[in-house]
Amino acid sequence: MAEINSKIPEGPVAEKWTNYKAHQKLVNPANKRKLDIIVVGTGLAGASAASTLAEMGFNILNFCIQDSPRRAHSIAAQGGINAAKNYQNDGDSVYRLFYDTVKGGDYRAREANVYRLAEVSANIIDQCVAQGVPFAREYGGLLANRSFGGAQVSRTFYAKGQTGQQLLLGAYSSLNRQIKAGKVKSFNRYEMHDIVMIDGRARGIIAKNLVTGKFERFAAHAVVLATGGYGNTYFLSTNAMGCNCSAAIAAFRKGAYMANPSYVQIHPTCIPVHGDKQSKLTLMSESLRNDGRIWVPKNIEDAKKLQRGEIKGSDIPEENRDYYLERRYPAFGNLVPRDVASRAAKERCDHGFGVNNTGLAVFLDFSEAINRLGIDVVRQRYGNLFDMYEEITDVNPGQFAKEINGVKYYNPMMIFPAIHYTMGGLWVDYELQTSVKGLFAIGECNFSDHGANRLGASALMQGLADGYFVLPYTIQNYLSDQITVPRFDPNSKEFMDAQAKCEKEQEALIKIKGKRSVDSIHKELGHIMWEYVGMGRTKESLETALKKLKELRQEFEKNLFVPGTVEEGMNVELDKAFHLRDFIIMGELIARDALSRNESCGGHFREEYQTEEGEAKRDDENYFYVGCWNYQGNDEKEPELIKEPLTYEAIKVQTRNYKS
Amino acid sequence: MWLIDSSIGRKVIMSVTGLFLVLFLIFHMSMNVTAIFSGETYNDICGFLGANWYALAGTMVLAAGVVLHIVFAFILSYRNYKARPIGYSTQKNQKEVELASQNMLVLGLIILLGLGLHLSHFWAKMQLPEILGTTPAYEGEFTNGAELIKITFSNLGICVGYIAWFFVIWFHLTHGIWSAFQSTGLDNKVWFPRLKMCANILSTIIFLGFTAVVVAGYLQSN
Amino acid sequence: MATDNTMKVNLKVWRQADSKAKGEFKLYENVETTPDTSFLETLDILNETLVEKGEEPIVFDHDCREGICGMCSLFINGHPHGPAQGATTCQLYMRRFKDGETITVEPWRSAAFPVIKDLMVNRNAFDQIQQAGGYVSFNCGGAQDANAIPISKVDADEAMDSATCIGCGACVAACKNGSAMLFVSAKVSQFALLPQGRVEAVKRVKSMVAKMDELGFGNCTNTRACEAECPKCISISNIARMNREFICAKFKD
Repeated sequence: MAEINSKIPEGPVAEKWTNYKAHQKLVNPANKRKLDIIVVGTGLAGASAASTLAEMGFNILNFCIQDSPRRAHSIAAQGGINAAKNYQNDGDSVYRLFYDTVKGGDYRAREANVYRLAEVSANIIDQCVAQGVPFAREYGGLLANRSFGGAQVSRTFYAKGQTGQQLLLGAYSSLNRQIKAGKVKSFNRYEMHDIVMIDGRARGIIAKNLVTGKFERFAAHAVVLATGGYGNTYFLSTNAMGCNCSAAIAAFRKGAYMANPSYVQIHPTCIPVHGDKQSKLTLMSESLRNDGRIWVPKNIEDAKKLQRGEIKGSDIPEENRDYYLERRYPAFGNLVPRDVASRAAKERCDHGFGVNNTGLAVFLDFSEAINRLGIDVVRQRYGNLFDMYEEITDVNPGQFAKEINGVKYYNPMMIFPAIHYTMGGLWVDYELQTSVKGLFAIGECNFSDHGANRLGASALMQGLADGYFVLPYTIQNYLSDQITVPRFDPNSKEFMDAQAKCEKEQEALIKIKGKRSVDSIHKELGHIMWEYVGMGRTKESLETALKKLKELRQEFEKNLFVPGTVEEGMNVELDKAFHLRDFIIMGELIARDALSRNESCGGHFREEYQTEEGEAKRDDENYFYVGCWNYQGNDEKEPELIKEPLTYEAIKVQTRNYKS
Repeated sequence: MWLIDSSIGRKVIMSVTGLFLVLFLIFHMSMNVTAIFSGETYNDICGFLGANWYALAGTMVLAAGVVLHIVFAFILSYRNYKARPIGYSTQKNQKEVELASQNMLVLGLIILLGLGLHLSHFWAKMQLPEILGTTPAYEGEFTNGAELIKITFSNLGICVGYIAWFFVIWFHLTHGIWSAFQSTGLDNKVWFPRLKMCANILSTIIFLGFTAVVVAGYLQSN
Repeated sequence: MATDNTMKVNLKVWRQADSKAKGEFKLYENVETTPDTSFLETLDILNETLVEKGEEPIVFDHDCREGICGMCSLFINGHPHGPAQGATTCQLYMRRFKDGETITVEPWRSAAFPVIKDLMVNRNAFDQIQQAGGYVSFNCGGAQDANAIPISKVDADEAMDSATCIGCGACVAACKNGSAMLFVSAKVSQFALLPQGRVEAVKRVKSMVAKMDELGFGNCTNTRACEAECPKCISISNIARMNREFICAKFKD
């Protein structure tokens, strides 16, 4: 069995990062110029890492699949970014952010990493403000904060409903500065296909120029993956169409462990599915839960009428509404963490209380907020989200609907959970290095900080923490003994072989010439994943999933149809097929990990393991570890499970409680 | 020189020359209006603006303004044409996009054409012969502008042509005036509607003033 | 909410094999969709049938499909991002069109945005303009406390409005002159309004405008088409601000 060393520094949790920085090895300025680093991805993590490393003096090769670094899907994050600034004087601290994140992650995160995250969170805000990110402000000119799910303090900084966009544009501006300075070479519309290994270390990548369709070889002293999550395995998700896990799977095939793949976050406030031609799901910001109240009818008859379209939500008076989150979790109410809110919605819908024609939706209602604050204030806060909702569904939330017994009711929104974020990912040690030497993973791509569930407004925090403040330090510990290693020749045998392998794989996909389009197989994959590896999993469902996934892989290999020939330039279908091949592998990993984890925790809910009230039941005695999957040389062979035991020193592990 | 080789600089030239020409129009219009009430006063002003050095200098500056405005309009239009070598098969405008703003060059060309005729009607019969030192055939041939107005506008066709020309100028100005402020940076969210209103009022005053003289000229001569 | 009623539309789409090829319109008749389906999903449906027939699918840029990444483009029925105002192509739903309507879809036309394939254009020019100065020269690590410089809410909100630009290029596509002024001015404005950006404001506006001119964008003639078509409703008051910044900067030379 391969061994695992998470390289957590000595000392109490609050001093580990300081100790690490004090004793780590550094690379001196003259030597930095001799070292090249490949950064794949330009989201918050990728762009911030590329720009910061370039500012330090390293030479960066930066890749993105879109037409510009600014398009990365970090841009879609709406709500905000957490930081332990305690500007609101509500008792926030590094410890409290650390504690909330560990608790929110259902005690499955690595303590030392989370503490470091909380520690650097405040610097992120300073950095972004200095870059000119226009965060929301109070009239006095100081930064404004809002509250978010899973926390009892207001520590979330935001820029309208477009925080992710503004933070990404901040990182992108720093990146641009380095591109102009010549320290970053930017490759747009390029996709990484493989990692090139020389003497057991990652030394470069093979990337496809998506416009010409040709492969190109790039060498460097280290490779950083910032390629995001694998949510699109489920076909319908809130991820962008281009999001994929092929880079992570390429790393997995080279020996990087895939950690906790079963921890998949389902976001509670998405617009429900409308039909089978749908290509993606649209997220409505979680901030809506600050003023919106989630409910279903108390009486099953009302639910049935809603499902048949005979009545509207606004026809049901207050006393017949079941605000189930407020009922079940009085202390946190509508602001419980995402996994809890999602499961509660599913629980109600499973009991037949769903409120649309598919029975898979619940109401998010602003009547109370509008009556309390007035429509102007509510529109000021959520107007753009209301408009977005109306554009998609043709219903205007917040529009006056009806008065019953002196109470005014407004059109509610309909929401339903959807796949949103993946906590699992490439295993990394404290230095964010994967189990492959010289290969690093940052942002959503790695598994490190969120445990089994991520709190709202923490993804932006983690991406930027990794990119601005962690990796630029830790990577030097690796690079410090690489300064005498000369640049690698991208025409060497290792690179040529790797390219030949990529070309062969592409050719094989085109040559299948079967009957099914990439999307039709992907939709089937999504259906299997959502049905059997979704919000509620059982041993049987997971075994069924594994069986079906194996069949699906055979179907893919035998019956896929990709138009065109190898010689032609751009081939969008071929690129999608390449992603799908790896989504299927990822699907199997998710199912396998879920099957091996006989407990419920965070985003992983096994129906066999729940309390009488339907809450997740953890098994800390047997599953207090990070599940790492190690590739066994080919896709057919079951990967080996390696366990990284978790040790908690600062926090007492207990049952998560959002009731009181 | 940034005024010539930057896109914003070229627009500044358009704006400044444009606003200068607007000022001239206001002056010209005010002067003309006196002809309605008193031909003598009008003739006095005309006399004041004969072949004197200051009137000549003013005319030169004015001509330079016109030429610059036109030359830069062509330079800008050429560059704009180059910026989209292949056009759309269909292109529509939202309601906010005004007709005048889309057709400034065409409107400008019509104005230029009219200007030629206008100069031949008046300037060629008044200031030009003075400059050339032509001997008048009779007393007041080159100086009795009030009479010339009546003679010129006794023809209904010419009157209609002039009013149509004024309308084109009005149209050009409704966009041109606020646009000049926008291009020189003297605009913001608050002032935008105000500037637009001012532009509309001013161009309308100019239009009405000139038209009144034509109408009066026609009525007085018939 | 979901409707069972289907609708059929005809799509007249620009097809062009690569940047050098001569393109042409191709009519695809009777594409079946529903009013609740988005326009891009309708293109997906058409592509699926094309792939089934062994034809090459239509290539178009798209990514987040929630109106924020700025990747989607398309000139639909005479408007960038389609006839709806304040929305990107990916937020355009078929209920905006009539059953049986013929919808014309073209790539964005600008000398600075050459067509790559079919409806996909190269907007790298925008990146180049940003690289010319769209940043605060500041190295990670040394920032002072975020609340050390108070910024008035009015300025912060105005900067935010300018920063909302998603860099899609609809302004260039809409402008009869192919001018990029709205895009450039939005970035210039954001930094001009914030104390962090003021330090380099003079240098920034000069180099960004110079880059814009160099790349072959047209001149602004204040037609306001950009503002009217911008999916994020960026105001032309940004252009006035940039003009002001630029003229003042040049007078300081």
